[in-house]
Amino acid sequence: MNLFVSLIAVVALFFAAMLGVDSMGLHSLFGIALPYLAIAIFLIGVVAKVIGWAKSPVPFHITTTCGQQKSLPWIQSSHLENPHTKWGVFVRMALEVLFFRSLFRNTQMAIEDGRAVYGPSKWLWGAAMAFHWTFLIVFVRHLRFFTEPVPQPILWLQSLDGFMQIGVPVLYMSSLIFLAAVTFLFLRRVVLPQVRYISLAADYFPLFLLLSIGGTGFVLRHFVKTDVTAVKELGVGLLGFNAVASPDIHWLFYVHLVFVCTLFIYFPFSKLMHMGGVFLSPTRNLTGNSREVRHVNPWNYPVEVHSYAEYVEEFRERMEQAGITIDPVPEAPKEGH
Amino acid sequence: MAAPKFDEIGFYDKSKLLDFSHSPKAGDWLDPKTDFRDGSWIYPTKAKHLEYLKMPNPREWNPKDEDWALPDNWKEIVIEGFRERLHKYRSLKVFMDICVRCGACADKCHFFIGGGDPKNMPVLRAELLRSIYRGEIKTMTKILGKLAGGRKLTKETIKEWFYYFYQCTECRRCSVFCPYGIDTAEITMMARELLHLLGLGVNWAMEPVAACYRTGNHLGIQPHGVKDTLEFFADDIEEATGVKVDIPINQVGADVLFVTPSGDFLADPGTYTCMGYMTLFHYLKEKYGFTYTWSTYASEGGNFGLFTSAEMMKRLNSKIYAEAKRLGVKYIIGGECGHMWRVLHQYMDTMNGPADFLEVPKNPITGTVFENAKSTKMIHICEFTADLIKHGKLKLDPSRNAGWNVTFHDSCNPARSMGFFEEPRYIIKNVVPEFHEMPENTIREQTFCCGGGAGLGTDEFMEMRLRGGMPRGNAVNYVKEKFGVNKLAAICAIDRATLQTVCEYWAPGVTVTGVHEMVANALVLDGEKEREVNFRMEPLPGKEGSDV
Repeated sequence: MNLFVSLIAVVALFFAAMLGVDSMGLHSLFGIALPYLAIAIFLIGVVAKVIGWAKSPVPFHITTTCGQQKSLPWIQSSHLENPHTKWGVFVRMALEVLFFRSLFRNTQMAIEDGRAVYGPSKWLWGAAMAFHWTFLIVFVRHLRFFTEPVPQPILWLQSLDGFMQIGVPVLYMSSLIFLAAVTFLFLRRVVLPQVRYISLAADYFPLFLLLSIGGTGFVLRHFVKTDVTAVKELGVGLLGFNAVASPDIHWLFYVHLVFVCTLFIYFPFSKLMHMGGVFLSPTRNLTGNSREVRHVNPWNYPVEVHSYAEYVEEFRERMEQAGITIDPVPEAPKEGH
Repeated sequence: MAAPKFDEIGFYDKSKLLDFSHSPKAGDWLDPKTDFRDGSWIYPTKAKHLEYLKMPNPREWNPKDEDWALPDNWKEIVIEGFRERLHKYRSLKVFMDICVRCGACADKCHFFIGGGDPKNMPVLRAELLRSIYRGEIKTMTKILGKLAGGRKLTKETIKEWFYYFYQCTECRRCSVFCPYGIDTAEITMMARELLHLLGLGVNWAMEPVAACYRTGNHLGIQPHGVKDTLEFFADDIEEATGVKVDIPINQVGADVLFVTPSGDFLADPGTYTCMGYMTLFHYLKEKYGFTYTWSTYASEGGNFGLFTSAEMMKRLNSKIYAEAKRLGVKYIIGGECGHMWRVLHQYMDTMNGPADFLEVPKNPITGTVFENAKSTKMIHICEFTADLIKHGKLKLDPSRNAGWNVTFHDSCNPARSMGFFEEPRYIIKNVVPEFHEMPENTIREQTFCCGGGAGLGTDEFMEMRLRGGMPRGNAVNYVKEKFGVNKLAAICAIDRATLQTVCEYWAPGVTVTGVHEMVANALVLDGEKEREVNFRMEPLPGKEGSDV
């Protein structure tokens, strides 16, 4: 059900874009207005979301420690898994964001002879790395459509990506890996019973969207071979606020663009915000030195406590009988601090 | 013999218990249906405890009842409480938004591994809360409703929350594997706070909370009872060693205040660990003039407030600093306890600090300054003892622990909320001749819960405790078969109580000990008699024939 709803949504987008351009001639709407709208929603949405998160304080120091604490000088502490300095946190976060450190730890549990055993499980990590990194490469490669002259690093990346020199135009490795990784992530969601059980429409939809973006892009480059010059004119024009959406560009390009714009619009309201959220996760971005440096809770408020004076009031007689020292009895305020 | 009941381990046949699948049947988890079967839920809080603590909606009720006697505006209370916590906790706000449901956490929870209930997958446990966030609070998803995985808050949802958020031990194992560090302990803590707004809690946690508030410890032992208990231990120590140890209580001007979980006063084998502390401190006083004191007012290191609400945690924790200040000690040492150390390491200073009336902990015997505790001014007894051993300040005879083939269980909170791995291991290796580690995916930061933490260690929860204890029990059994391990050491009072049961069921023949029981057993005291028995009154190796 969740799967089909998402699939239908993506198919509907496909036809809407195709018909809109091919029969109704809405090139400017889909080629110019929509991208501007999408970028605006994306930027405002992401910033608003991150500010929203940041507005809530971090009252307690809740680091998840995955390595030895720094305590006695002769015990080797784990600088990265349980950092006690800001620099250590920076490296821990970098490993998390760039290489998905925690996911790399993943294990798979199985029951063998009535006993739970755990083996390494790197498939999810591998597919996630492949998908995220190739997506970034594809994204950066696309900047050639928005820049004239194209900056040298992008050209380098492009030739590296196509170093196998297969086909005309050259086949990019990143395109293949991207499509394979997203397909794997989708299949995994459908095949593994546990993951299928937890999957919502909001999990399938982005996967279908990414597959559609990758698929249409691949077809455009290798089969339709659309008018790249006109596409580039549109791209450069969009950045310069003087865009022309040419009807000479194949309708499939507009479908591709509509998918991309949908992704941008959907992004801030969805789980895709994990891109920003990972930086704000208090279990990872705090140090492990909470006994060394005091963490301040901005909303720490006085609570009702049971003072020693009240305690002695109830138990004085028994304490005296048992010969337990009672004094001193400070006059404790009813409220704590 | 009467047939065992659901709160006894004899009730549970292993093959039946293991007859389940980890593959959830197709179905929509958004429809809440909760089956309160015996052995899988905990009795609710008695009204008198909530009244004493001035907490909302005290009444007698039963989860099996259709009507839970919630306040009329229950829904408003929960939604308002939810919004308030989103404003107060960035953790909650971020964790509500960013989960991608990758499922990496699914098979990391001990309750899921041992039970297969899909709602015990950490991702789904959090989704129980998240779906309400999406269906009642977040604007965009509210419109899309079920399509966006949102649902409306109903009384059935509340029942489901009560069931599953008291099937989480807040062990944080899932958060180690989550690519975004989403911490189910944090989610469960928030959910329990919301439930408490409606007067929904479990008696096994709240009776100790109320007792601790009044008497200073979870067990409700009154001051003279604390003294009696310690005197009783002193007698046992004398019987085993021939040495009479002091029992300093409420001593103004002692070097340190010592605080430990009251569980160690009550039940074996925690009691032996408590004797261990007393013996060690006696040794240090005789040899080096180092003094300590117990407190009756702060006679609890553990803090079931952690399993209740941030406010309750603070109310109970306040006693420790207050007492340290009143007694004018230099700093505080804490005993072997798991969740206690989560509170002391990650919450105490923030809540009840700064402790500017104390000194930075310094061991006068070795000269070591505990820079890592320079703000909190509280150190772990294992840090303290490891430092003493490293500097050769303890005369130890590990051969007295021969015959104890030991493995070490990393308790959840010291492991994943402190990173406390090497100190206890260093001590153990110095006091016992034989030590073996359990498999690597079951120790250190990947350690498994005992299945009874976070206020769940009670017998009416036996089915779930056995299920949750399975991963740990399996690992213990593995080293038992492979290396002949017969003792499981743990630095947690809840472990010392609950792992007994886990081992009895999953690794029969292995019993549980604390680290300082072994330390004191190996400690050579001045003026001791020829040692023939340990604190358990079991003959020492080579003394089996003696008349004891």
